[in-house]
Amino acid sequence: MLISFMTLGLIIFLFLFLPVVNVLLVTSPHAFIDALLDYEVQYSIFLSFYTAAIATLLAFIFGTPLAYILARKDFPLKRIVDSIIDIPILLPHTVAGIALLTLFGESGPIGAILSSYGIHFIDTIFGIIVAQMFVSAPFYIKTVRESFQEIDPRYHHVARTLGAKPSKAFLYIELPMATHSIITGCILSWARAISEFGAVIILAYYPTTAPVLIYKRFILFGLSAVIPITSVLIVITLIIFAIVKYIQLKGTKEE
Amino acid sequence: MIEVRHLTRSVKNFKLNDISFMSEDGEFLVILGPSGAGKTMLLESIAGIVPIDSGTIIINNRDVTFEPPENRNIGFVYQDFILFPHLTVRENIAFGLKMRKLSKDEMDDRTEKMAELLGISHLLDRKPHTLSGGEKQRVALARALVIQPEVLLLDEPLSALDTRVRKTLRDEIRKLHDRFKINTIYVTHDQIEAYVLADRIGILNEGELLELGTPQEIFQNPSHKFTAKFVGFDNIFRGYAKSENGILKINLENKIIVEAFGEKTGNVTIAFRPEDVLVSTKPISSSARNTFEGKIIDMKDEGALIRLKIDIGIPIYAVITKKSFVEMDLKSKSKVFVSFKASSVRVF
Repeated sequence: MLISFMTLGLIIFLFLFLPVVNVLLVTSPHAFIDALLDYEVQYSIFLSFYTAAIATLLAFIFGTPLAYILARKDFPLKRIVDSIIDIPILLPHTVAGIALLTLFGESGPIGAILSSYGIHFIDTIFGIIVAQMFVSAPFYIKTVRESFQEIDPRYHHVARTLGAKPSKAFLYIELPMATHSIITGCILSWARAISEFGAVIILAYYPTTAPVLIYKRFILFGLSAVIPITSVLIVITLIIFAIVKYIQLKGTKEE
Repeated sequence: MIEVRHLTRSVKNFKLNDISFMSEDGEFLVILGPSGAGKTMLLESIAGIVPIDSGTIIINNRDVTFEPPENRNIGFVYQDFILFPHLTVRENIAFGLKMRKLSKDEMDDRTEKMAELLGISHLLDRKPHTLSGGEKQRVALARALVIQPEVLLLDEPLSALDTRVRKTLRDEIRKLHDRFKINTIYVTHDQIEAYVLADRIGILNEGELLELGTPQEIFQNPSHKFTAKFVGFDNIFRGYAKSENGILKINLENKIIVEAFGEKTGNVTIAFRPEDVLVSTKPISSSARNTFEGKIIDMKDEGALIRLKIDIGIPIYAVITKKSFVEMDLKSKSKVFVSFKASSVRVF
């Protein structure tokens, strides 16, 4: 049995791994350097990382309390709320983009109000952030919710008997205990936000994020033109993940 | 002083049912009961951790029924310590002081004094996961005591520890109690812990507080059938009692008649302790005793004591010392005489 499992496992592992390796292998070092020095490439990658970071920060600010409530409290229709959070993950991304457009577009209920304050979502970084947040926040909320659920509520209770108000018990005990998962949730959410293409392109073709730039150049100049850019994006993403993982690992060991 | 009046709480098919008791200043009260009796729920209700359906909780003449836990000034210690894993021992102990916004100097001072008292000064900079079970429970005790609580609630604090540590810490808990004269409610399923520690013991079963009394009252003279069984009366039988000249004659399964003192007649339960059964190889003649002839059907070595199961028509247990066991040269199937005083038989 072990042999057949290993064989099957190896096949899917290679399926997941080989495309990434291959694209790096077919990239000539020269073209890689060129792509790295291409201002438009640099800007699009910076923009993607930057907007995804803001989307993640917003997910942290608004998602952490929601994750805590879902983990700790029972309320009517909780299961429905739970399922609604899953919807963005299930929707085709273009569908998500269209749905957001109807809400945040100039004539949409939210878009109309905010545009009178000068905040526009079509072809602005606000549009990019909204699209990225919609598809990525669920990953953050689910990860952190699970981690709060794993914390024995008695930590909260003990803190309360020691004189902590509920907010203090959360801030000093449960939130720090969930740090590891919050970081994991942020990485997941951030990565998902960077990778979003479908919803972003519907709200904001400009300014151009990295996935949109790759699509644009692929359509205009063909495969060979985008391979180096793809490799740059892969390498930078892997480096950042490696750094974050390393910091996280160090944090766990010190505990 | 802590007083609980008609405390009731229902959760699914379990109910803490109309619990009332009062514990005077400085008392060490043990709530004894089997697992699932509602012991933890009772403590959590007193602490305000879980809501109650009805009833009143009064601590030092203050009605705290509707106060949140942080306003009750209670120290709570769980069986599995619940130390904050991301904080050092020092930060764990000082947590309650930090919530009370004490100055850094006073916080350090009180934390260090408490740590010293519990013999954990050398652990102050360690993280909880590096500590042994006994050390963890000392930290949990220090954390609960340092806030000078009005009531200390201990939820089976020794159950997760090994036997040797358990004994030491048990004695220390009593000493700490005597030192701070703090009202303590200690729940356990361990009869010996209860007997050794308690000023008074309350018996809790299936959400009901059956009785409350001194360890002597509870162990020697339980007023409830469940108590008798739970605190170790192994000889417990059903029978039919008739009163004759002020003495109860209880017919057990039409096999033997046991004499006892009491008023209750008709269907009764009787109980007597194995230690109260005298075993001899020669007939015992005494008018005040229940005397029977029987046969040893089982023997169990319990260290210094031997536990005998003797068939006297019905099987009863007796405990004798190893010395007398050897002297009498008892063997399985040996014929023996047993006797026990009518006064040592409890009738329920």
